[in-house]
Amino acid sequence: MTQQIAPISVGGVLRAPLYWDVVAIILVLGVLAFFANASRDLMLPLAELGRHPLSLDPANLPGFAMRTTLRMLAAMALSLLFTFTYATWAAKSRRAEVILIPLLDILQSVPILGFISVTVVYFMSLAPGLVLGAEFAAVFAIFTSQAWNMAFSFYQSLRTVPDELVEASRNFRFGAWMRFWRLDVPFAMPALVWNMMMSMSGGWFFVVASEAISVGDTTVILPGIGSYIATAIAQRDLAAVGYAIGAMLVVILIYDQLLFRPLVAWADRFRFEHEMGAEPPRSWVLTILRRSRLAAWFFGPLGEAWRWSYRFSSPGQKSKTVASGEIDTGGWRQWIWLATVVLLALLAFYEVALFVMQGVSLAEVSKAAMSGLATMARVFILIAIASAIWVPIGVWIGLRPNLARVAQPVAQFLAAFPANLLFPIAVSGIVVLRLDLNIWLSPLMILGTQWYILFNVIAGASAVPSELRYISSNLHIRGWLWWRRIGLPAVFPFYVTGAITASGGSWNASIVAEAASWGQDKLQAYGLGAYIAEATAAGDFHRIVLGIAVMSAFVIVINRTFWRPLYYYAERKFRLS
Amino acid sequence: MQKDAYPLLEIRNVRKSFPRPDGGALLVLDDIDLTLRDGEVVGLLGRSGSGKSTLLRLIAGLSRPAGGSVNYLGQVVHGPPPGIAMVFQGFALFPWLTVLENVEIGLEALKLPRDEIRRRSLAAIDLIGLDGFESAYPRELSGGMRQRVGFARALVVHPNILLMDEPFSALDVLTAETLRTDFLDLWSEGQLPIKGVILVTHNIEEAVLMCDRVLVFSTNPGQIVTDIKVDLPHPRDRLDPSFRDLVERIYSEMTARPATERAAPRAERFPGVGIGTIMPQVSTNSLSGLLEAIAGAPYDGKAGLPVIAAALHMTVDDLFPIAETLQMLRFAEIEGGDIVLTSEGNAFASAAVDDRKRLFSQHLLMHIDLAAHIRRVLDERPSHRAPRSRFSDEIEDYMSPEAADQTLRAVTDWGRYAEAFAYDDQTGMFSLENP
Repeated sequence: MTQQIAPISVGGVLRAPLYWDVVAIILVLGVLAFFANASRDLMLPLAELGRHPLSLDPANLPGFAMRTTLRMLAAMALSLLFTFTYATWAAKSRRAEVILIPLLDILQSVPILGFISVTVVYFMSLAPGLVLGAEFAAVFAIFTSQAWNMAFSFYQSLRTVPDELVEASRNFRFGAWMRFWRLDVPFAMPALVWNMMMSMSGGWFFVVASEAISVGDTTVILPGIGSYIATAIAQRDLAAVGYAIGAMLVVILIYDQLLFRPLVAWADRFRFEHEMGAEPPRSWVLTILRRSRLAAWFFGPLGEAWRWSYRFSSPGQKSKTVASGEIDTGGWRQWIWLATVVLLALLAFYEVALFVMQGVSLAEVSKAAMSGLATMARVFILIAIASAIWVPIGVWIGLRPNLARVAQPVAQFLAAFPANLLFPIAVSGIVVLRLDLNIWLSPLMILGTQWYILFNVIAGASAVPSELRYISSNLHIRGWLWWRRIGLPAVFPFYVTGAITASGGSWNASIVAEAASWGQDKLQAYGLGAYIAEATAAGDFHRIVLGIAVMSAFVIVINRTFWRPLYYYAERKFRLS
Repeated sequence: MQKDAYPLLEIRNVRKSFPRPDGGALLVLDDIDLTLRDGEVVGLLGRSGSGKSTLLRLIAGLSRPAGGSVNYLGQVVHGPPPGIAMVFQGFALFPWLTVLENVEIGLEALKLPRDEIRRRSLAAIDLIGLDGFESAYPRELSGGMRQRVGFARALVVHPNILLMDEPFSALDVLTAETLRTDFLDLWSEGQLPIKGVILVTHNIEEAVLMCDRVLVFSTNPGQIVTDIKVDLPHPRDRLDPSFRDLVERIYSEMTARPATERAAPRAERFPGVGIGTIMPQVSTNSLSGLLEAIAGAPYDGKAGLPVIAAALHMTVDDLFPIAETLQMLRFAEIEGGDIVLTSEGNAFASAAVDDRKRLFSQHLLMHIDLAAHIRRVLDERPSHRAPRSRFSDEIEDYMSPEAADQTLRAVTDWGRYAEAFAYDDQTGMFSLENP
């Protein structure tokens, strides 16, 4: 990304004095040391990990946190690679788009936690006996929690690049490679960075879950915060749970300051709207890097080399304009493509059906479906309760700009915090007080996802134009009438966005929330999440796949018949534009 | 020497159509002939929808004609050719690049050596008056400065032909005038590295001010109706009588009924406006506003179009749709560059709110067939309700879906004002209920 380099100044922008360089050196060296440290153990044999059981000494936590963070970074890099290729392909080829986009939509709805158990075995077979294989599995799990919405956002950006800019880049004869880096990527950047942040928020949850996986007899424990807490659970060590939570808070804070603040501040220049908007986001890290002579010295040649690479892409054939008729209906080629897709789909269906039917009876299918209904009821009730609590609070906060400025980042931070770290506290309480599992395990599902409702509602309420607020006080609209006519309609579109995210997240969380453990005590509620968790523990792949399939079906059907219509309705009727 | 044998640009019999969803084709340009010679500035003048911007994109190689040929220096244009650069209406600057980087980018694509890129870009920035802004981002610049960047970026590649797509229409009046004169000064002093210019505009005065030749376009489909030579010496004076004469003449040309409409069967034109007519989206407020302006002093019911446009600070594109709607409603007539109110038009201008609505309703149902049709269907149905799709399907036989949508919106708006029928956007139903 060449844009990161401060433009080579013509007017002679003043470079800051040496101390910025010192800070920059420390930053860069720190990053290098971090990578070296964290990747040291990758090539160790897997058995090595099992030999020394994880120590709960808090002194180990910084190291574990580093490992966890590195997994996140690796998954993010992978997700970016996927985004740039998959989404670009979908946006540039009409034929590919037909199948790639619905596929993405479905993949988004597959419960990732259920996935881990399936993939871990596969990845470990790729690097037999090495830690690398298990690491791959963990990174892949995080990747699957991050990639889809990033790809979606990138695809949507590519489809909405303004015509005039496209025409300008063609008029000035950009090659395909140059156009991608000079037009497409910069244009998509703000939305992509925002989605990367959302992905990261979700990712922490999965990185924690994927570090301690046991499928049947295979148990993999990768050093990290997630496995630390798993060990703490097994040993009923509440203090250790507390240390882990503290470490995670610090990690997310550092991550936010060192990676995302700078990224958001940097991406601000790619916003397409020209108008002098609100205060642009700032980041002290970015300021240091921008002012540092050393950073310029380091990044300058990189950018130059990158720009140099544009030379190898010529406008060539691609820039030739499609003849009139514009749309390539392409007769037989279209049919062959269609036939291939249908054939592949049939083949895949046959594979799945065969796989499931071999080990699953029809009774089993109905059992999974029934438990799905239980989970569905839980999700809806929890969303309703969370909405009743957070919508009024969110509106109240959102209408007070000073408060909103503080509360908004806090809510986002809470959404990023992996709620599964908090589970042990709740579970130990349930065990001690002997509460009803079917009721009291449920709130765990929404523990981490409710914040999406809160911060979306805050955003919505902050966006209410002040004129609208003035007129309501001018007309003396108060109390319930105010909520019914102004407050609720104004935040409704935002609320729906938040609720969709929260609902999807809760389904996923059900796999770890409906079945929890505290030391030797195994707690289980009745539901699809527990069904999948149980199948995983038993290493019964047929029932795992069945559970995942049923859950995906539930999520997709609910999205299509409930959330999506609600979303469009809200957009059409209540969006203040 | 060989090259000089060919004109810069030669366009023969060009046609362009866009596919419609029903499989048909919508003809937007028909039978276009155009030759651009060395040292010429040619203006393409027409209203929105006349296909002039489409023609510009054909020349730039951004799309291809359905028929005929576009030749640049004797070569058929297949894709964007080197040597044709474009200036855009919305500037089309890359907001993430500085002024200098925006200018350099065209040369980067040409794969020139680094120091030549820098040298030429700085020269272009210098020439176009952007010194001191090199490291600014577009968002920090005013509209006029942004368009200067657009010009510098186009000129830096040393094109033979400069295409300008309404380059001044997004700017305020003063800024636009400054940019025009700056450009004309550079051009007549021979400081620009270009050989010919094609300017798309809907501003008649701008065309007369800047061009050596003005081609006037008709709409639906776009055709060249006249080719007017402008041989006034530079710098031109807008108040010069011969300048005014030319403007008047072009106004009359543009308001003359286009050939195709004249050829339509009589039944289509009288007594009302046929159901297949594309209607502009004009609010009833604009209609009353224009009626009142013409009815009042000093015009007393008759005004020259250029005069009233100038008085109301409107461009051709703002004024024409309103004037034409008044004509369709028989509140006014347009003759040879003048707009004259009918007696009903005068009555409307002096009436009170309720009488205005009554008069408007009468004229709407009498002269606009689509409105009358909607009302008739509603009257005939026992429920007095009909879905919007019933009518949009019907008129889509005559026009593109976008045009149908626009037409139906316009008629819905007028019908609501006239209280001739009601419409509920949530359900998409027309009805006779008026709450």
